[in-house]
This record gives sequence, C-alpha cells and structure tokens, in this order.
Amino acid sequence: MKNSWWKILAVAILTYTVFWGVLGNVPRQPILNESIRNVYFHVPLWFGMTTLLLTSAVFSIRYLRSGLADHDRIAVEFANTGIVFGLLGCATGSMWANFTWGEPWPNDPKLNGAAVAMLLYFAYLILRGSFDDEQRRARISAVYNIFAFAVFVPLIFILPRLTDSLHPGNGGNPAFGQYDMNSQMRMVFYPAVIGFTLLGVWITELRVRLSRIRAVIEE
Amino acid sequence: MAESVRQLGALMRKEFLLEWRQRYALNGMLLYIVGAVFVCYLSFSARRGLLTPIVWNTLFWIILLFTAINAIAKSFVQERAGRLLYYYTLASPQQIILSKILYNTVLMLALAGLGFIVYASVLGNPVQDVGLYVLSLVLGAIGFAVSLTLIAGIASKAENSATLMAVLSFPIVLPLLLMLLRVSKNAIDGLDRSVSWDEIGIVLAIDAIVLVLSWMLFPFLWRS
Repeated sequence: MKNSWWKILAVAILTYTVFWGVLGNVPRQPILNESIRNVYFHVPLWFGMTTLLLTSAVFSIRYLRSGLADHDRIAVEFANTGIVFGLLGCATGSMWANFTWGEPWPNDPKLNGAAVAMLLYFAYLILRGSFDDEQRRARISAVYNIFAFAVFVPLIFILPRLTDSLHPGNGGNPAFGQYDMNSQMRMVFYPAVIGFTLLGVWITELRVRLSRIRAVIEE
Repeated sequence: MAESVRQLGALMRKEFLLEWRQRYALNGMLLYIVGAVFVCYLSFSARRGLLTPIVWNTLFWIILLFTAINAIAKSFVQERAGRLLYYYTLASPQQIILSKILYNTVLMLALAGLGFIVYASVLGNPVQDVGLYVLSLVLGAIGFAVSLTLIAGIASKAENSATLMAVLSFPIVLPLLLMLLRVSKNAIDGLDRSVSWDEIGIVLAIDAIVLVLSWMLFPFLWRS
C-alpha cells in the first residue's frame, strides 16, 4: 500500500479529468465549440507519449552503461506503452480533426511527423524481433532506440514549427495557452497531463513485472 | 592527434582500395542509379519537359534515396567478420565509423553527381539556380552518408538485413529528406538564396546531431 499512492493518485486524477472534462464549463470558441474538451485527452496523451519515450531512451542509455538485462526490459516496455499512447493520440486527434478541420487526416506536418515517429518505433520493434541472442538484441536495439529518439525530437517539435501547420503553437499560430484556455480549463488540463503520464508508468510497470516473471519461469 | 589523423587516412585508403579491387560493386551502384533514372524516364513516356518541377524534384530525390540506402547498406557486409575484428584491434571504433562515413560521403557525392547529370540530360533541366541545387546535392550526400552509416552497422548485425536496412532508415532519413526537398525546390524556382538559409541550417544541425550520436554509439555496436 505504501508504494501505491501514485496509482490511487492516477485513478483520482483521471476520474476528475473525465468528470470535469465532460461537465465543466468551457469557453465558446468558433469552429472548436464543444470539441475543445478533447484538449483534456488528446494533448495529455501526446505529452505522456513524449515522456514515456524519453524514459525509454534514458533506460537504453543506462543499459549501454550497465549491461543489466533489466534496464533493457524497462526500455522496451516504456517504448511499447509510448506506442500505445501515440496510437491513441492519433485516434483522438483524428476524431477532433474530422470536426474542426473537415477531414480525419489533413495534410499537416505535425500529423505526418507523428506518423513517421510511429514508423520509427515500429521499426524498433521489428529490429528487436530479428535477433535470437538476447544480449545482442538488447545492445543493438538500445543503440537504435537512442538514435530514434534523437530523430523523433526534431520531427515532432522543430519541423512543424517551421512550416504552416493547423496545430496551435506551430507555423505562427498561437498556442492554446495564449487565449483559448481560461483558468478553469487549466485546472483540468494540467492534472490530466500528470494523470495520463502516471497511467502510462503504471501500465509499463505491470508489463515490466510480467516480463520479469516470464524471464524467471523460462530459466 | 597527428597519429589519429594518420590512422584515419590509412583507413580511408583501405576503403578506397577495397572498393577499387571489387569494382563490380562500385560499377553496380553506378549502373543502379543510371538504370533507375532511365526507368523513370521511359515510364513517363520518354517525354522531356512533361514533369512539373515538383514531380521532377521529388522523383529525383526518391531515386537518390533508394540508391543511397542500397549503396550504404553494403558498407559493413563487404568484409568478413574476422577481418572486421582485426581492424578493431588496430584502430579505435570511432576512427572506423568516421572513415566509413567519410568514404560513404565521397561515394554518395559521386553517385548524386552522376545521377543529376543523367537525370537532367534525359528528363530536361528546369533548375534555375544550379549553384544552390548542387549545394543541396552536396548537403544531401553528406546527410545520407552520416545518417545511414550507423543504420547499416545496426542492420548488418541482424539477419534479413536488406529489408531491415530499408525499414530502419526511412523514418530516420525523412526529416532530412523533407528539408532537402524544400531547399532544392527553392533552387528550381530560382528564389533568392536568403530564403533557403533556414533549411540549410536545419540540415546541418541534423547532420551534426546524427554524427555525434554515431560517434558515441558505434563503440557499443561493434562489440557485439
């Protein structure tokens, strides 16, 4: 119980997010209308994904330094959860885009960047699948994971800001924070970011424990 | 310092000698790009000036991308594992990756140059600012060589390395490719060069990031 306070916190925050996300007051914006509520779900999923992938890269670096199989296990599970979050982020974004921009997949640099990032991490999983030797797999996929994260950052955060993008905060568009979100929305949005990230860590923790048990059973 | 530069020179010389002695591989690459260009030319019903500048440019860069992936994929499979092990006892892994990158840059420059000449002569040349276009080719050759050499190292360690090489490198090369497409499109339209400085800066920044990462990560790769 002592170590599970953050799980209770995650459940509490997400319950709060779902309730106040649906029921709370939101400013009336043209075009966006009620769909602005998606900001509580879509944006935190992307924030969560970035955090998870960063953690995965950090554990890959730690693996290369230490050579402990456990670090590799943690790195791959963080990447897995990051991919799930990315797919969910794509799905929520697609729904949102359908209502506000008129089509589920508009030709937008940020969307395409996100799609390429998904390809990058699928390639990581395929690379892992092509080795039989565990140590070799761990070392080489750690190298690729670090490399992939270094490409992921400019792809998502730098390139879209240079071109015209429909997303707020890119291509000279103002970010949400500037005047779309009022303080009431922020009271839901910031906890939502923390809540979804905690949820991601929780999923990862369960999967890491599962894979540790599997490793022991196989021995 | 002088010692390591000398070692680097020796490694580079080895790469060139190896390529020269196995000329069929080099000729194969040259024929590959010429053949690809010709296939595209015939597929567009062999008519010049039919392609809009955007299609012209994109097609050329895609040919170049596939050529680069094929050319660089062989940089670690040409030599047998035992011989690679012998090199590692002689030189540091950093020097080996650096010599491979430099060699691949020269190779890509040659391939891109030849490709551009053939492509422009059969499909027409709409480029208005040839100087800038050549600069984008040089940047592209450096960028492809830098980012694909480490990937080739990774892919060569796995089975089924040809597919893996393509799958791993497409997303890695994409940001670079998009920037290069933009610079070269500016060159085709003959826009003022000051418009392209931003993109050129980003290409150089991506190259620098990838180069530093290759330098740091390769020692972990060769040990396995």
